[in-house]
Amino acid sequence: MLWNSFLLAIRGIHRNLLRSFLTILGIVIGVSAVITMVTLGNGATQAVKDQVASLGSNLLQIRSGQRMFGPPGSGGRAPSFELTDVEAIQERITGLAAVAPEISRTATVVSSANNWSTSVTGSTNDFFVAGNWTLAAGREFTKGEIDGGQTVCIIGETIRRELFGSSLPLGESMRVKNFSCEIIGILVSKGQASMGRDQDEIVVMPIRAVQRRLTGNREVSSIQVSVQSEGDIDRAKNELTELLRERRRLEQGEDDNFNVQDTRQIAETLSGTTQILTMLLGAVASVSLLVGGIGIMNIMLVSVTERTREIGIRLAIGALEREVLLQFLIEAVVLAMLGGLVGIVLATLASIVLSGVMSVPYVFDPTINLLSFVFSAGIGILFGYMPAQRAARLDPIEALRHE
Amino acid sequence: MSTLIELKGITKTYGQGTASFLALRGVDLRIDEGDFVAVMGPSGSGKSTAMNIIGCLDVPSSGEFLFRNVHVEQLDRTERALLRRHFLGFVFQGFNLLARTTAQENVELPLLYRGEPAAVRREMAAAALAQVGLTGWEHHTSAELSGGQQQRVAIARAIVTNPTLLLADEPTGNLDTQRSREIMDLLVSLNEQKGITILMVTHEQEMAAYAKRIVHFVDGRVESDVRQQEIA
Repeated sequence: MLWNSFLLAIRGIHRNLLRSFLTILGIVIGVSAVITMVTLGNGATQAVKDQVASLGSNLLQIRSGQRMFGPPGSGGRAPSFELTDVEAIQERITGLAAVAPEISRTATVVSSANNWSTSVTGSTNDFFVAGNWTLAAGREFTKGEIDGGQTVCIIGETIRRELFGSSLPLGESMRVKNFSCEIIGILVSKGQASMGRDQDEIVVMPIRAVQRRLTGNREVSSIQVSVQSEGDIDRAKNELTELLRERRRLEQGEDDNFNVQDTRQIAETLSGTTQILTMLLGAVASVSLLVGGIGIMNIMLVSVTERTREIGIRLAIGALEREVLLQFLIEAVVLAMLGGLVGIVLATLASIVLSGVMSVPYVFDPTINLLSFVFSAGIGILFGYMPAQRAARLDPIEALRHE
Repeated sequence: MSTLIELKGITKTYGQGTASFLALRGVDLRIDEGDFVAVMGPSGSGKSTAMNIIGCLDVPSSGEFLFRNVHVEQLDRTERALLRRHFLGFVFQGFNLLARTTAQENVELPLLYRGEPAAVRREMAAAALAQVGLTGWEHHTSAELSGGQQQRVAIARAIVTNPTLLLADEPTGNLDTQRSREIMDLLVSLNEQKGITILMVTHEQEMAAYAKRIVHFVDGRVESDVRQQEIA
């Protein structure tokens, strides 16, 4: 009986091809919107995680304030770090490969002919260890340059290309904002990071030079700590926390006004935002799925009215009430599932194309595909039942008389 | 000949209270297997109501209706649907074929509800269409067929299940005289060669003359019941 009803439903759909297509359009759009949003969101999350993972697993990041990201000013009360904190860490904590203070400012860099607006980072040679950078040419900073805050720069591949074209500008100088800076090193290209951020667009200077010339204060915005062995991460984290609490004179029971995060936590913090965004977008998109379901109910109700006579004929020649119910219900479900399938195909295409455009990895998520499909079938049942029941309960005599 | 259907004191009331309307006021009627009965009568005489009750589409308000000694008035909706499926065939004035559906598919429809396999359906439908003289028209949709041809498809659909009783509600009402005669000849041959009992409602004396027996309804009662001896 199920198979017969299925055949009848398929014939019903086939007889009204255009209308069937218009009916499923809502579901198609709904399903493809949900899947595309979630897939792209997952891709973005993955991109963030990949990026952070590429930093290595033995990295710790110390920032002032309680949260890494928050509304502007949320960490405002917390005092920032200074270079003395960095020195203290180096002195008091063992087993660290690098302790790199960081402060950056956006500035325009100018060579003889070209200029480029970029972020200028002040740090020490430890910056290259913690960030996994190697020099393609030239040298690192000398101790004198770091301590004296000399205006020397180590630049990334993008800056070199944009300002100097094909030449190797070692020993040449470029202007950073309003002072001149000698280029002493070029970094090996890391290429584009996910979501279009160019990692090679980088200018590194001794931190004191940036503090003196660009920021005008002694603040250090974050400290990157690279631990020698991965097993030491937890110990280093505890010691860092203890040391900084002591230096910041926090009382017992007082909350930290800074945070120490390992890469896993950094990844979680960063991807948390994209995950919430993914869920939001998915939720908005699923509303359209619901609207698609109402579209199916609408058409099925019209269909029942329009096909009253047909239903009368079917009842007269011996169709049972439940067979008519099943026919219309299956018709609705088959329509909805068809919409789901077409939606999945569309979403896959759209996700592949869009992830390329947004340069996030395409992550196929079987769960959301299956879920959307099952959900659209469920919508078929939910919104198909009422019209189907209305059809099945028709009085055959009345139905046959219907014009 | 054995009795196929028997109506005893059938009444049918529509509506309730003062607005009620008595469509049948105690009808007694017996039809034997293999008979060909024409039902005549003016509009509102109750003949359609009687047809609906005999067709198991409707139930009487009181009285007994026996189909092969089964009390149909006691059956529920599903049981009556099964009765229609296995024993009855319907032909309507308006043909009532499914739109945008081929002749073949229309004729296969009752077999589909009986759960016959596809091969059997195709074979039986082809045979039924051959019987009504429509071989070669299997794949035409209703819109591509003339009125006479549509009614032939409808008849093929009604007889494809080898029904015991064929109910025809003004089968020639929408056809011209020539087509009407062809349809009547077809019904007569089905009655004589396949032994299908036919109950036909008609307005036209000429069409009623094809039947073996003419029953007149007036005001919800059987007024006359005449067997036409001269028709062979």
